[in-house]
Amino acid sequence: MSTAPREIRFTLNGTEVAVTVAAHDSLVDVLRDHFDLFGVRESCGQGLCGCCTVIVDGKAVSSCLSLAVFADGAELLTVEGLARDGRLDPVQEAFIEAGAFQCGFCTPGFILMTKLLLDDKPAPSDDEIRHYLSGNLCRCGSYPQIIEAVKRAARKRAAGQDDPL
Amino acid sequence: MSEVTTRQIGRSPPRVEARAKVTGTVEYIHNLRLPRMLYGKISRSTIPHGRILRIDTAAAAALPGVARIVTGEDVRAIIPEPYFGPAFHDQPILALDKVRFAGEPVAVALAADPQVAEAAAQLIVVEYQPLPGVFDEIEAVSSPVFVHDVLKPAGTFADLKHLAGRRDTNVALDFHLRRGDADAAFAAADHVFEHSFRTPQQMHTPLEPHVCVADARDGAVTIHSATQTPSFVRMEIARLLGWPENRVRVRTAFLGGGFGAKVYVKLEALAVALSLLAGRPVKLALTMSEQFFTISKHASTFRIKSAVTRDGRVTARRCEVFYNGGAYADIGPRVAQKSGFSAAGPYDIANVAIGSYEIYTNRPPAGALRGFGIPQLVWAYESHTDLIARALGLDPVAFRRRNLLREGAQQATGTVMRDAGLAAVLDRIAARIGWDQPFDRGAGSIKRGRGVAIGFKASISPTTSAAHLAIAADGSATLYCSTVDMGQGSTTAMAQIAAETLGIAAEAVRVVAPDTDVTPYDMGTLGSRSTFHMGHAVRLAAEDARAKLAALAAEAGVPEGSNLPIPEIFRRRYGMQAGTIIGGGTYIPSYLPPDPETGLTSNATPFWMAGGSGAEVEVDTETGQVRVTRLVTVADAGTPVNPRIVETQISGAAVMQFGFTMLEAMEFTEGQLRNPSLADYKIPGIRDLPPRFEAEAVDAAQRIGPHGAKGVGESGTFGVSPAIANAIEDAVGVRITELPITAEAVYRALRRQAGEPLAEE
Repeated sequence: MSTAPREIRFTLNGTEVAVTVAAHDSLVDVLRDHFDLFGVRESCGQGLCGCCTVIVDGKAVSSCLSLAVFADGAELLTVEGLARDGRLDPVQEAFIEAGAFQCGFCTPGFILMTKLLLDDKPAPSDDEIRHYLSGNLCRCGSYPQIIEAVKRAARKRAAGQDDPL
Repeated sequence: MSEVTTRQIGRSPPRVEARAKVTGTVEYIHNLRLPRMLYGKISRSTIPHGRILRIDTAAAAALPGVARIVTGEDVRAIIPEPYFGPAFHDQPILALDKVRFAGEPVAVALAADPQVAEAAAQLIVVEYQPLPGVFDEIEAVSSPVFVHDVLKPAGTFADLKHLAGRRDTNVALDFHLRRGDADAAFAAADHVFEHSFRTPQQMHTPLEPHVCVADARDGAVTIHSATQTPSFVRMEIARLLGWPENRVRVRTAFLGGGFGAKVYVKLEALAVALSLLAGRPVKLALTMSEQFFTISKHASTFRIKSAVTRDGRVTARRCEVFYNGGAYADIGPRVAQKSGFSAAGPYDIANVAIGSYEIYTNRPPAGALRGFGIPQLVWAYESHTDLIARALGLDPVAFRRRNLLREGAQQATGTVMRDAGLAAVLDRIAARIGWDQPFDRGAGSIKRGRGVAIGFKASISPTTSAAHLAIAADGSATLYCSTVDMGQGSTTAMAQIAAETLGIAAEAVRVVAPDTDVTPYDMGTLGSRSTFHMGHAVRLAAEDARAKLAALAAEAGVPEGSNLPIPEIFRRRYGMQAGTIIGGGTYIPSYLPPDPETGLTSNATPFWMAGGSGAEVEVDTETGQVRVTRLVTVADAGTPVNPRIVETQISGAAVMQFGFTMLEAMEFTEGQLRNPSLADYKIPGIRDLPPRFEAEAVDAAQRIGPHGAKGVGESGTFGVSPAIANAIEDAVGVRITELPITAEAVYRALRRQAGEPLAEE
């Protein structure tokens, strides 16, 4: 692959986009610097904390370790793409209702992973939740509330409507 | 503003910024870009101690795209005395003449492209004359190697002034407390117990690493910083520049975690110097790894000795605490002094002798981390407490109850205990884990045990908080305060406190983010002080606004007791929708500094924090693996302002301390940090969470708190480490005296216990 800047095209939160990137540009930098999507965040820089999680073609990716050029032709979902017409995704609602965050820096990563988990397993056990979210770190230690939020989101999705508080 | 009659304290509305946090749109300084902004990347010292002989910047400066390379001498040219710090003015903005720890900032490369700046920083070559280093806090006390030639207290704190000019010592501060006659009590004791405990250097690792953007222009500077102390940053930058405070503006946004890492000046002085030199805005955004070279939690050694009667009364206690402060004092001297007040633990002991020492070493600096030294102290004194109870054949909970500091008793400083829920915390832990119930001790190679521990802390004093509350002509209320929301939920809590006083819904109060151009002075968001101190200031500001509103109504001829809507009062007074009411409140608690000789004071703190934990563990005697199967953490938060957020604070603090207990240690070889990354320094993940994990605020009230409330950010950390160590001894009879509690440490202890010790490393 050439190292010269090149144009890539991909679907970003449902919209076709094009951007010129250098060969060494990381996906997290491109999403922040070119598209002002600040819900994706670099923290540990090693793919260990999950703050930079984005969903690429249905799979969770650490965008701090991904080169932007590999997004060419892909379908990307970031946390900004979850709410529709101002209406939050049930996972986002569940995180609010369960108080499942403190500083909020890791929250988009946990929310995206929870969405993938529930797509895969609509009614996960505690062990499955812990296993699936083990690649995301929350230094504020909101893990008990996150587990509660995942279960609440599962119930919301099963009911197909808001779970009354 | 529409009046409500329901209480706003004790409700759990979601955080004000909840929607912004789940949609990713919440503001962090991490996200900030300014026009013409340069990025700075730091070149760091490669050795722990040495003289700087030469800095070769030629290759770096020649890299295409580099705007400028800056060294300590460049900084000195515009800031003649470029040393900063809250307690001592000992830290250079960039290293001058010497480096004092491996990882110290030495030079900076500036470029519009951060990748170019990074590449240039790698090309800066520094030549050193290495000097011997000193790294251990005990060795440093008597070492011929001195980290600093002379002590330079800042003058901010009156009780540090006497240290000025002390030479040839690594003891930055020594605090002493003498109560009763410890020597006589030890001489007369039935039993004497003496132990030593250690903790390693550890790091906050906020997931938003330190970040600051400085924009100096036209004789003023705006500093956008992820700081917990905007007012202090403003004062300190003004002092360094010799400018009035009104030419320095510090603003912040939501912080992606703080935990004490972001108190006082961290990157701000460097960013300001760089912006002044470059004539452009400059952003410094650290990597996770760089945070380890910025600030940390003190490593410590605590020697503790107790005299105990035959029937289990502690009659004397001697404490010697050595805090490894690293190369620069930061707030370490205050950690040593303030924690020294309570080093003897939450027990009623007639004869106490405490020495608490802040020690310079050639390690990265240490400062405040969620407890200001208290978790290190509780680790030692609650492990010690259990050892005594076991040696005397007493039930550990009953032994604690027998010696506990009760309401109205004098604590070691002489300050009377008021509204410190120590007994309530201990009782709730014992009840929740069923201390009086039979307990399954395990089978085969898996042994089970349980333990408890409690601790307490004096709040910060002297200290000041101020707040303004504005009521617009439409009746809407806006709160201006410099308390920083780093995840603890202060924005929501302050809205609730203001709303409670105003008699409106919390959701109707707008809280302005800290900005020293508009939000008034506050000492800082630290030490769990905001709910109490800023909470009072907010309450006073709201009361003042109400009084001024009543005066406005009187001016407008509205009869007293009228329920005329607020907009109508404004309209009657000004003839249209116009005008603003601004209420002000300032809170300064009373405080009496400790006597310089005895360390005693009748008023050490405006309030006490109490917290503790109970743990159940399984220990595999074949491997030393410890599994914490249950962790119960209980704290006294007074009357919780927002019960859901308070519970999250308690459980979050316990999770963090669980990491400090089981996983985390900064590891050094000859002053070189070996594990500055989350790959090698593991913090707790969701799978580390004990399967049964509970957090609770006891039913309590802080009678002199705002609406009965007090802070709770740290209390959940206190008991975690010793509760787990006590449970391990209960399970397998071995005592761990150093954190973290690794499987290797437990296995070594088991082998020693069996008389078959493993060879040392």
